Amino acid sequence: MKEFALIFRLNNTTDFKPSPEQMQERMNWLAGIASQNKLADKGNTLLPTLAGAKTVRPNNVISDGPYTEIKEFISGYIVIRTDTIEEAVEIAKSNPIFKIGGNIEVREVLKRD
Amino acid sequence: MKPIVKSSEELLPHLFRQEYAKMTAVLCRHFGLAHIELAEDIASETFLKASENWPINGIPQNPTAWLYTVAKNKLKDYFKHTAIFESQVKKQIIASPISDQQDFEFDPKIIADSQLAMIFAVCNPGNPMENQICLALQILCGFSVGEIANAFLTKTETIKKRLLRARNQLRKDHFRIKELNEKEIRQRLETVLRTLYLLFNEGYFSKTNNQLIRKDLCSEATRLALVLTDNPLTKTAQTYALLSLMCFQSSRLEARTNPEGEAILFEDQDKSLWDNALIEKGNYYLIHACSGAEVTKYHLEAGIAYWHTTPTDQKKWEHILQLYDQLILIENSPVTALNRLFALAKVYGNEKAITEAEKVNDNHSNSYHALLGYLHAERNIDTAIEHYQQAINLTKSGTEKKTLIKEIKRLTKKKTHNKII
Repeated sequence: MKEFALIFRLNNTTDFKPSPEQMQERMNWLAGIASQNKLADKGNTLLPTLAGAKTVRPNNVISDGPYTEIKEFISGYIVIRTDTIEEAVEIAKSNPIFKIGGNIEVREVLKRD
Repeated sequence: MKPIVKSSEELLPHLFRQEYAKMTAVLCRHFGLAHIELAEDIASETFLKASENWPINGIPQNPTAWLYTVAKNKLKDYFKHTAIFESQVKKQIIASPISDQQDFEFDPKIIADSQLAMIFAVCNPGNPMENQICLALQILCGFSVGEIANAFLTKTETIKKRLLRARNQLRKDHFRIKELNEKEIRQRLETVLRTLYLLFNEGYFSKTNNQLIRKDLCSEATRLALVLTDNPLTKTAQTYALLSLMCFQSSRLEARTNPEGEAILFEDQDKSLWDNALIEKGNYYLIHACSGAEVTKYHLEAGIAYWHTTPTDQKKWEHILQLYDQLILIENSPVTALNRLFALAKVYGNEKAITEAEKVNDNHSNSYHALLGYLHAERNIDTAIEHYQQAINLTKSGTEKKTLIKEIKRLTKKKTHNKII
């Protein structure tokens, strides 16, 4: 079994706060993965708020927020466990994030140990 | 909505099951487990007073608060008047400090902590599993000896013996609740979860027909598991997985028996009776159970329960079979093997499952014959009836017998119907 990180991206910070229905939809999606025993890590949400996000660049340049040029930010991640990247992509496809214009990056995890 | 007017005869047994254990747990913090009888005496006397007082004076506005006030006063009396006890306490103080009687309060935090300590005390690996469950039912859930015997379909004498042995074991260990340290908690957590799991199953698959007891058993086990998620040391992935399993299973409690207490087969259940709030809680806890590499039997069973509550998915049985394949590697029990065969039949058809079942060849088990009966029912009614008959002879459960007899009647009817055609 391989592990893949699913990295969620959104374009608009106003989409970040989900409605109860969206929340429920997300939870159902996650529980579906968990109940196939394919959820390796439930992951976390990454806050895009000004107070909670900074970007550090060379020469001590620090900017507010997670983004500067592209108006796209990472909103969270989870790690799933599948045999192939194709299977991971299939799982990602059914996420409700696409309804609000978000996208998902699927990346194989290389374990450090 | 109609106001629910309860008489004290109705309210007291329920309150007893709910509050007796909490009360005893808090009292035990002061006495130490070696003197659990003292704690139980005070709790019992409190309920006795309620049973005398309430029918005459009516049920107090806040019955629980009433009970705790009485318990508190009784404890004070104990400290004041019982000289013998006083001297025992003094001896104890030298051995291990007993908390000051002044700070004796029944606030929710102390109740939760005391109960947690109590769970760990009761789940003593020195006791055989059966005895542990009996003790857990009595001390943690406030079940009477009669009710425990009823749940196990055993004589009250047997239960009394089991309880006595279990209590002696606890006393022999000189177990004191306060002494539990981090290491011990981690070591025992597995036993604790196992006990709660069995406690829940005792209610869920109970042999007793008493609906109230079954539901109380399930909700008590769930409540205790919830207590575990309040403590950083005990809220592990495994604990969340178990809690998730309990929520998923409980969501179908209403639907899986008819008012007469007979089991309703999964396919015939009225799905509108499923509790959606509990299903959502199950989802929530299941997600929380997935952090880290740990996959336990509770994870897999929760997964299976999830698919049972998600009737729309086309690949449901494929998922369930996969989970059973993994589960059987972790814990190869006859029950798991049979459940796996059922899933296998759903995916690959009854014929294939029959061939596999014959390899298992668990002739002494009623469940084995019940499954074979089910698998043969479509094609070979006579063989099916034969297996059902054997299952009836082997089972100890009255409800199962009833369900099986019904099934035989249905098949016999079908047979004669086929002949006529």
